[in-house]
Amino acid sequence: MLSIKNLNYTVNTEKGQLDILKDINLDIDSGKFIVITGPNGGGKTTLAKAIMGLVEATSGSIVYEGEELVGKSVTERARLGVSYGFQQPPRFKGMQVIDMLSIAAGKKLKNADCCEYLTKVGLCAEEYVNREIDTSLSGGEVKRIEIASILARNASLMIFDEPEAGIDLWSFAKLTETFENIHRNSDSTIIIISHQERIIRLADELILVSGGSVTKRGSVADVFPDIMDDTKIGCTLMEADK
Amino acid sequence: MSKKMTEIERNLLREIADLHKIPEGAYNIRKDGELDGRNSTANIEIVNKEDVPGIDIIIKPGTKNESVHIPVIITKTGHSEVVYNDFYIGDDADVLIVAGCGIHNSGCDTSQHDGIHTFHVGKNARVKYFEKHYGDGDGTGERIMNPKTVIHMEENSYIELDMAQIRGVDSTNRETVVDAAAGAEVVFMERLLTHDKQKAYSDMVINLNGEGAKTRVISRSVAQDDSEQIFRPIVNGNAPCFGHVQCDSIIMGHGKVSSVPAISANHVDAQLIHEAAIGRIAGDQLLKLMTLGLSAEEAEEKILTGFLK
Ligand SMILES: Nc1ncnc2c1ncn2[C@@H]1O[C@H](COP(=O)(O)OP(=O)(O)O)[C@@H](O)[C@H]1O
Ligand SMILES: [Mg+2]
Repeated sequence: MLSIKNLNYTVNTEKGQLDILKDINLDIDSGKFIVITGPNGGGKTTLAKAIMGLVEATSGSIVYEGEELVGKSVTERARLGVSYGFQQPPRFKGMQVIDMLSIAAGKKLKNADCCEYLTKVGLCAEEYVNREIDTSLSGGEVKRIEIASILARNASLMIFDEPEAGIDLWSFAKLTETFENIHRNSDSTIIIISHQERIIRLADELILVSGGSVTKRGSVADVFPDIMDDTKIGCTLMEADK
Repeated sequence: MSKKMTEIERNLLREIADLHKIPEGAYNIRKDGELDGRNSTANIEIVNKEDVPGIDIIIKPGTKNESVHIPVIITKTGHSEVVYNDFYIGDDADVLIVAGCGIHNSGCDTSQHDGIHTFHVGKNARVKYFEKHYGDGDGTGERIMNPKTVIHMEENSYIELDMAQIRGVDSTNRETVVDAAAGAEVVFMERLLTHDKQKAYSDMVINLNGEGAKTRVISRSVAQDDSEQIFRPIVNGNAPCFGHVQCDSIIMGHGKVSSVPAISANHVDAQLIHEAAIGRIAGDQLLKLMTLGLSAEEAEEKILTGFLK
């Protein structure tokens, strides 16, 4: 179980104090498949980063499988089973795809293993295994390699941040198929931040994050029509889909 | 290599030339200024120079798929030498040359190797050249290497140089000069990691003199601790030619790097590009690898290994 209590994240800017996450309370049972959605700038990425330790909560608590994460390093959290696929993954000069996936898997992978992960994210595998994750790859390619690294890590908690961003329709179809499979066959807890209706529809539960708070939560059937009715949020979602 | 070689000496050979046993083909092993072993073949002849220390390596025209290993090792503290090696690579030859220098200094005097390598690359010949510099030993004596490489390239010849110095050398002054005739191509890959108070300077001048001459220079370096590096690659385009220089450096601690690439075109059809970038390891690179379970130190090591590969 992932249990977030009274989580706040505040930054000090030139214009004064900015409350980015405001008193978030959220319990997510293990093995659930959750989608978080909401308008741009709502705080979704910051919430995910706070769980992973990439930003440190200003106050509050995040307990994962009985362990308090707040105060622990990124590495320690990773070793407790937390993983996060970056919304904007970095590039690495000289590091090959196979190196990255091997680090993720925690063992030296064979080409065939790499191909399997790459196929799951819609990359024509063989070609990519020895490519360097540098500027020679497009944004969409780097993004899919990022998702593949989370699949290779196979942690007990996987958070994906807008996995659909920048990828073509065919890869997107492949990706939703992969998420369907994970949903059906994996015991891991899955949290996907997404604006895509096809991904939203897979969710056991849909959470709406807006203005730094959890504003709605429930089954897709309950929450999704509300979101689409709310012109402000609905429009942003449709915008993001384009 | 002779039977009386010590474990330290064997280790140096492994580090610089990946030599685990006597190499196949032609070789010349130099140890503390003395000849330790030599083999010439039907196509590759190695002879002593008459006037100065060093050797001539003469490769017959048309020699294919043969190799020459010419490692140099120094284990005597205070040993200092200047060595001249000349390579005559005949027309149409296709060969692999593995050089390299390893210094083990466990004493308190400076050990130094200055190697002057001159290549005469014949028409249509192809050469792959590996040179690795390595130093170890816990003495206070400095380990110094100053390689000078001069390359004369005839028409349509090709040379690829892979030069690496990863840790261990206190001071290096590298000088490289290339003249490329029509259709000749030179590819440089330079990799360097310095640490502590080490200093490394590299000056390179590539003259593209003939039509269709080409060069690609890729320099990757890491400066850690208080070490200091200066690169000055210069490409002169004197004919319709193509040149690309790319210098990438990572600085850490109090390291210092200056990268001063220069390109000058003396012909309207000379096409020259240079790129230089210096920076610390990006924070999100470290964080990404930490989200995969690596510690900060392990993440740094992975990033550097990839970068210098
Ligand atoms: N370090 C920071 N300094 C200032 N503003 C920030 C910082 N981090 C995030 N924000 C702001 O917080 C808001 C939420 O960002 P984010 O979590 O990325 O939203 P989402 O992922 O929902 O689009 C945005 O307005 C963003 O600009
Ligand atoms: Mg976001």
